[in-house]
Amino acid sequence: MQKTQKELLKVDNLKQYFPIKGGFFGRTVNHVKAVDDVSFTVHEGETLSIVGESGCGKSTTGRAILRLDEPTSGEIEFDGKNLLEFSKKEMRQNRKNMQVIFQDPYASINPRQTVRQILNEAMEIQNIGTKEERNDRIIELMETVGLGAHQADRFPHEFSGGQRQRIGIARALSVNPQLIVCDEAVSALDVSIQAQVINLLKKLQRDFDLTYLFISHDLGVVRHISDRVIVMYLGKIVEIADKKSLFTNAQHPYTKSLLSAIPSTNTEGKKERIILKGDVPSPIDPPTGCRFHTRCPFATEKCAKEVPTLRSEDYMEEGHMAACHYIEEIKSGEHQPTR
Amino acid sequence: MSTKTNSNENILEVNELKTSFFTDEMEVKAVDGVTFAIPKGKTVGLVGESGSGKSISSLSTLRLIERPGKIVGGEIKFKGENLLEKSEAQMRKIRGNEISMIFQEPMTSLNPTYTVGQQISEAYKIHENLGKKQAIERSIEMLKLVGIPSPEKRVNQYPHELSGGMRQRVMIAMALACNPELLIADEPTTALDVTIQAQILELIKDLQERLNMSVLLITHDLGVVAETCDYVAVMYCGKIVEFADVNTIFSNPKHPYTVGLLDSLPPHDRDIKDDLPVIRGSVPSPAEMPEGCRFAPRCPFASEVCKTLPTLETDENGNQIRCWIYSDKWDGDPEVKVHAKNTERTS
Amino acid sequence: MFKFIVRRVLQTIPVLIGVSILVFSLMHLVPGNPAQIMAGESAPKEQVENIEERLGLNDPLPVQYWNYISNAVQGDLGSSIRSGRDVTTEISGRFWVTVELAVYSTILSVFMGLIAGIVSATKQYTFTDVIIMIIALFGLSMPNFWLGLMLIQWFAIGTDLPSWVPFFDDTAWFKPSGWGSFEQIVLPVITLGTAGAAIVARMTRSSMLEVVGQDYIRTARAKGVKERVVIYRHALKNALIPVVTVVGLQFGTLLGGTVLTETVFAINGMGKLIIDSIQARDFPIVQGTILVVALLFVLVNLLVDITYRFLNKRIDLD
Repeated sequence: MQKTQKELLKVDNLKQYFPIKGGFFGRTVNHVKAVDDVSFTVHEGETLSIVGESGCGKSTTGRAILRLDEPTSGEIEFDGKNLLEFSKKEMRQNRKNMQVIFQDPYASINPRQTVRQILNEAMEIQNIGTKEERNDRIIELMETVGLGAHQADRFPHEFSGGQRQRIGIARALSVNPQLIVCDEAVSALDVSIQAQVINLLKKLQRDFDLTYLFISHDLGVVRHISDRVIVMYLGKIVEIADKKSLFTNAQHPYTKSLLSAIPSTNTEGKKERIILKGDVPSPIDPPTGCRFHTRCPFATEKCAKEVPTLRSEDYMEEGHMAACHYIEEIKSGEHQPTR
Repeated sequence: MSTKTNSNENILEVNELKTSFFTDEMEVKAVDGVTFAIPKGKTVGLVGESGSGKSISSLSTLRLIERPGKIVGGEIKFKGENLLEKSEAQMRKIRGNEISMIFQEPMTSLNPTYTVGQQISEAYKIHENLGKKQAIERSIEMLKLVGIPSPEKRVNQYPHELSGGMRQRVMIAMALACNPELLIADEPTTALDVTIQAQILELIKDLQERLNMSVLLITHDLGVVAETCDYVAVMYCGKIVEFADVNTIFSNPKHPYTVGLLDSLPPHDRDIKDDLPVIRGSVPSPAEMPEGCRFAPRCPFASEVCKTLPTLETDENGNQIRCWIYSDKWDGDPEVKVHAKNTERTS
Repeated sequence: MFKFIVRRVLQTIPVLIGVSILVFSLMHLVPGNPAQIMAGESAPKEQVENIEERLGLNDPLPVQYWNYISNAVQGDLGSSIRSGRDVTTEISGRFWVTVELAVYSTILSVFMGLIAGIVSATKQYTFTDVIIMIIALFGLSMPNFWLGLMLIQWFAIGTDLPSWVPFFDDTAWFKPSGWGSFEQIVLPVITLGTAGAAIVARMTRSSMLEVVGQDYIRTARAKGVKERVVIYRHALKNALIPVVTVVGLQFGTLLGGTVLTETVFAINGMGKLIIDSIQARDFPIVQGTILVVALLFVLVNLLVDITYRFLNKRIDLD
């Protein structure tokens, strides 16, 4: 799927800790370790998805990359430049290269501006074109995302949820970005509208050579749209692989249970389901060792002590890595569930 | 209109139910003549997108519609008796006792100022006249039943001290406290993560068997329906467009809307090379609701006859369909084949 | 909960220090020589010096403040210029009168306000609701000294209206002045409590309407709970949370209102004491009274915060 192997975005040892204030004088008493030492690379022209349940840190990762929240530590390299060394001004200029589409487009656009004003403002900030050029571009953008040019002077509330998401997409596109972070961009939409927006995103990627970092909890959507997939659990990457490899040959017990938990519309031949016990532990005081060991059916004492690193085995596809001590043993059946 | 099972096998029969919301300008017909039945001990799924009227149908069943909404017609027969003819006091004896309900948002559906125990035991106090101590004891038993660890401790906690999954378990415990014959679950897992959703659906299925309950499951998630329901009613713009057993709905859907819904869902267990098939356009607003078939403006097969409203017809298997294509009056392409691309399975 | 109370009590210390500094500065913020002002413009020089000496006005400010505070903590707020008696004694005779007036008025406003607000909310957009809200608007807009004067005219002196008009006849139902007996208490309490009742009513109404739309109210109804129980058990407790805050804030306004009310009804409370002392330029009394009123306000806010926390289980400050 990847047209080139050029690295557009490189994230190294990213940590995002949010302080918890407390005590008499509002001291920092602890941290929410929302993202804890995460590294990955996004290649130009691909769609890399991050999946996981609420609290796994997938959205926080996206926000840290865009520097919407300042990361605690780590390195983020975009197109060869270290983003975290950018000044506020440089970062602002760089925003035309990296855009974001949120889950609720209505919350992220000014309700008192018409679509024309919203799109014009986005371009004006980045000094794109003359007023006339921008006007032509607005019409072009509206048509690109499947809205009528005649709707340009309407206000956001005059559009349906799906149409608003198209406005959000048009705004992101208006500055010709290289990378778009889609943070649960289709999650709030009804199925029939969701399909329209997914198709639009895929078409735009083909037409404009876009790179997507696609953050979602919906594995069906992720399978359809991605080239590669990252699975996160409690602030850590547990598995990363090509889409095909991940969905057909998942290695990490968490990925397996996540895949098996999705209700399937296939009523014939029901599959074996792994139902995890209990809730996701708190990211304030995450479990020692492997963070999944408290819920993992295969957990041993080693899992409670040693933090597993992302690694590959011979039989796994290139680029497929999982953070589990027992990848091989579970695969061969040598290591059976311990509970 | 009859369903395939005769009435004494059905715990609930909803006939031509109509619920409207009245604004200064107009009457919004949220539920516009809904008919379906729930056979005893079975699970019926009510599926539709936002605005289809599925949640309003479920709230109407317990007569929990508030101003400016009003049930304006039809009948709701529970164990043969029409609930719309009951007094408010009689309805209260049914709510939480014979018919219970759980809701979408476990975060906001529990009262933040009372403990879990106080809220569950209230049901016992109302319906079984139990004293405080007994009611709490029974509440602890219920918490144990829904799989909450250390229930003796949890019973004294407030909702904010529990996770989303735990709160939904508490909601289920509260709903099932008085052994209801019918459970209405309105999007019970929509707000939950997928691994927690799996736990909750498993729990509902398990308890349904143990307590011999019937369930009405309202959801937009076709996967949840396929995994848990025996029968499925598909709603669109306040009307049932198709009713069938779960295998038929997923292997041989008939209504173009059902087909469109199934197709536009990206599957997680298969790759689709091309674009996802889509339903064009969007749900019409109440002000511009089409006179005829509500789905006609978005339907790829729509023809002249679709400008009039088709009726819900029952076939020889008891499955129901509201579409002109399957009638003698069909004036479009006589060879038209409605089938879902997604259901062409390789297995 | 205990930890919270301790912390909340400790938090009042900086507030109290701030208040004491403000009250202390009061005398020095007045333009000119305070001793001269107290003595009167035409007073002889010796008398002014005498006052300066007695009040320690020649010491450096921090020393003056320290003396003031250390004495105040021991209950010594100085002595009145006018009567020469201890400020503490002057205030103690009137303290309970004002507290009674304020407490009765608060009870009235909470009681009336809650009932009106609940009725209004449960009968939203009906005739009853509209009437209650119009009355509340009047109650809010009327200056309380005017209301006080009108009440005296109607119910304590009598009107010229024909005798068949109930209540508004020439009978003097209540007494227009003083404090102590039931006939004396009714009118001032109504005067002072009306605005609060109106605010509480409006707040309760909007708070109830918001709570009644919550998911857990629907849950309660789905459980088969009676409508009355839904309103008074499930909704009210949650709706009270913002109302409690309003009542707390309202108490401050109410204390300010005692100044006017006590003047109109000639009640010898702290409010009237402040007015009289200002007119007599009796600064130690003014200072002392304001300090006591401020203490009272801080104390009530403390109680409100504790109540708030008791009602709202979700706030966990520990």
